[in-house]
Amino acid sequence: MENQYAIEMLHITKKFPGIIANDDITIQLKKGEIHALLGENGAGKSTLMSVLFGLYQAEEGIIKKDGKEVQIKNPNDANALGIGMVHQHFKLVECFTVLDNIIMGVEPNKFGFLQKKEARAKVLELSEKYGLHIDPDAYIEDITVGMQQRTEILKMLYRENEVLIFDEPTAVLTPQEIEELMQIMKNLAAEGKSILFISHKLNEIKAVADRCSVLRKGKYIGTVDTKDATIEELSAMMVGHNVNLHVQKEESVPREVVLDIENMTVASKMHKNNAVKGVSLKVHRGEVVCIAGIDGNGQTEFVYGLTGLEPLVDGKITLCGEDITKAPIRKRLLSGMSHIPEDRHKHGLVLDYPLDYNCVLQRYFEPEFTDKFGFLRKKNIRDYADKLIEQYDVRSGQGAITIARSMSGGNQQKAIVAREIDKNPELLIAVQPTRGLDVGAIEYIHKQIIAQRDAGKGVLLVSLELEEVMDVSDRILVMYEGEIVGELNPKTTTEDELGLYMAGAKRDEVKA
Amino acid sequence: MIKKILKNEAFQSLFASLLCIILGVAIGYVVLLFINPTGAGEAIMEVLKNFMHYSKANLQLKNFGGTLVKTAPLIMCSLSILFAFKVGLFNIGAAGQYCVGICVSLYCALALGMGWVPCMLLAAVAGALYGAIVGLLKSYCNVNEVISGIMLNWIALYSTNMILTNVKEGTSPYTFHLSTDGPQAILPTMGLENLFAGNEKVTIALPLSILTAVLVLVVLEKTKFGFELKATGFNKNAAKYCGMAEKRNIIVTLMISGAIASLGASFLYLTDFEQWSCTSSAVPAMGFNGIAAAFLGGLNPIGTIFSSYFIQHITNGGAFVDKTMYCSQISDLISAIIIYLCGFVFFIKYMMNYVIDKNEERQALKAKAEAEAEAKTQEGGDK
Ligand SMILES: Nc1ncnc2c1ncn2[C@@H]1O[C@H](COP(=O)(O)OP(=O)(O)OP(=O)(O)O)[C@@H](O)[C@H]1O
Ligand SMILES: [Mg+2]
Repeated sequence: MENQYAIEMLHITKKFPGIIANDDITIQLKKGEIHALLGENGAGKSTLMSVLFGLYQAEEGIIKKDGKEVQIKNPNDANALGIGMVHQHFKLVECFTVLDNIIMGVEPNKFGFLQKKEARAKVLELSEKYGLHIDPDAYIEDITVGMQQRTEILKMLYRENEVLIFDEPTAVLTPQEIEELMQIMKNLAAEGKSILFISHKLNEIKAVADRCSVLRKGKYIGTVDTKDATIEELSAMMVGHNVNLHVQKEESVPREVVLDIENMTVASKMHKNNAVKGVSLKVHRGEVVCIAGIDGNGQTEFVYGLTGLEPLVDGKITLCGEDITKAPIRKRLLSGMSHIPEDRHKHGLVLDYPLDYNCVLQRYFEPEFTDKFGFLRKKNIRDYADKLIEQYDVRSGQGAITIARSMSGGNQQKAIVAREIDKNPELLIAVQPTRGLDVGAIEYIHKQIIAQRDAGKGVLLVSLELEEVMDVSDRILVMYEGEIVGELNPKTTTEDELGLYMAGAKRDEVKA
Repeated sequence: MIKKILKNEAFQSLFASLLCIILGVAIGYVVLLFINPTGAGEAIMEVLKNFMHYSKANLQLKNFGGTLVKTAPLIMCSLSILFAFKVGLFNIGAAGQYCVGICVSLYCALALGMGWVPCMLLAAVAGALYGAIVGLLKSYCNVNEVISGIMLNWIALYSTNMILTNVKEGTSPYTFHLSTDGPQAILPTMGLENLFAGNEKVTIALPLSILTAVLVLVVLEKTKFGFELKATGFNKNAAKYCGMAEKRNIIVTLMISGAIASLGASFLYLTDFEQWSCTSSAVPAMGFNGIAAAFLGGLNPIGTIFSSYFIQHITNGGAFVDKTMYCSQISDLISAIIIYLCGFVFFIKYMMNYVIDKNEERQALKAKAEAEAEAKTQEGGDK
């Protein structure tokens, strides 16, 4: 009988200090199928894929490619076998162009001289063929995450890989981009490429995957045909109990204004125009205001301006009645601002610090954590971290002393969210707070955000995810090209209407 | 069990450092062999023996003291490098800051007749200000600290030459002796000379430098100041996000680093162990050796005490090489080879891990092959 599997990973076991990340896991990837991998944060999905890609060596188990056992000791071996991977946190060289990143390591050359023209032609052809729109000459640091993602995909295609691993590719994409990516994945599979796809979004898995394997706490739970399984079943299989996929909340009772922004204008790093153009808005205590919009319409710069990471060109910000327009970041934080940042690796964490230090990153100087001679109270820091870990179910190999870099992406995010909410702020600014979290964790975080609201805090949510926008917020402001173009009530509006505003097809004159 | 020890961080650092030393010595030996095969073995032994060259215990002690005198400034230089490094900065300007320290301590002592305390303190202040220039350029003009550091090194060197010309004898290029022209500025020995057969150059500089190492360790590991500095070093975007004044931190770090380096200079020049030559055309090697010492010490403040001693030990030992067989620069050459290999600690650590992993893998493969072979024979039996 002809072998039907492109990749077989048999009885893989991989241990890290304090944890068995993969415990006797077996998955089989059929040729030409899209196989989803589902599991809670820290279940071991990225680790398993890293084993396949040669980044980690498994202690036990074997890998077969087309029925033959192979040794994959490093990513070069993986490449030679036609295995490519898009990582959860992209691995692109920031100061190189898209084209350079794609051909890096396999540059076509004649007598050692680069043949960039050839490469460019091939890249453009691929990009055309799969509808992966990129600008080959743009620098990585200047482009949106969506385009970075497409660069990563082109990198795999350029290498003519036939087994493609996507580690949470959709976590950072906009709904439109996700749509496109799904289509691309389907096309690739139809061409005979085999795809391993990690996602926490069950509807995506339902939409594209043929089969789905579930991991829980490092163990293999089972594989199902996705067309036979409901979303509820999948999520129960993943977390071990039923999950409420929609947020339960009371009617909001807005009170006095906590944040008042007048005419905020922020410059753009990418082009000469301002990224945020005269935005005015108010957030009241006891309400969740959501800024919705397609990525790249000024939301990032808006938050930078609000939190002090970038200076304002113009405008005024008042927090709890105090003018903080020019206040330094520390002052803003002390005045009751909390900020869950968009980019957890860039701003949110010091990856080389242990988890407990990361939990007190903005509070280390408080008397609870530093004595009057300037010495850290390490025991208090440890205890505090243990409390957050317990409360928010942050999973890691060694608890509070785990180096943040070694934690799974979702658990890094949980640690940040825990830290920011636990500060008990007056105003919580949450940018994509549930990016990369599993359904169980999302449910918990949403509850916490609502709890903040009910405790009389103001919440400003910035999210690209329509479902989250509709579910959590009490008031939606749509941002388009740096301006607020509409104010909607989530109870009366529809996703379609919201979509029209987001695409700039519809706009009202909004008064703050 | 053994595997556990092999994978232990501290053990790896120590092992890598020792391996660097052995490699350095071996390569030094080979170089000597090429130049003159007959004396090579002896010469390398001399380098390693250093003060043990003498047979009299008295002389040994005295020369041991001499090595220690120069160890103190080296400890300071490597601490200066290490401190900045922990905050993500490569303070190659330590050499220039050291130079400034020489200039200020000698000028204050010889021209202004100040006592040792103000001499030392002023040197530290001057070093801090000199470091601040690098810091300001870095945080406000985005100038790389290595580039500005190197340029400032030369500026420091020639300014020192110029200023100290005022305190030298007419014909010789060397500055006055402190013992004759500025005894008030000589560092007190507090009885330490008794331990080293009356070597009065061994002063409180040595305990002070060790104290500084402990202080650096405590500041970095135990205080909120260290918490903030290291966070800035690891991820300056996150530091900014947390409201840490990341620009200020860079400047403060380089000021402290500069102060430590130039304090180191006063630890040497205020003992009257050496005079400054106003025709020097190279920045003193102390600052650069500090880089090697910092790495050889595994970037641990306490480790630098030992690595600095070792580096000074072989530098001094070089002086005992038989000059009839080798030209006089050979001592510098050999110690330089050893010192520069010391910088490879991290590379060796990396290689170690690589080899360990490879080994494990090979064993796993072997075990698997055996298991398979066994399974096959069993299968064969079944048939
Ligand atoms: N390099 C490492 N060193 C130590 N522990 C690690 C390392 N990489 C992963 N781990 C641990 O292994 C476990 C599994 O991590 P992994 O990244 O595979 O999770 P995941 O399923 O991808 O989760 P997520 O959905 O959050 O991305 C985690 O508990 C993590 O702390
Ligand atoms: Mg992951």
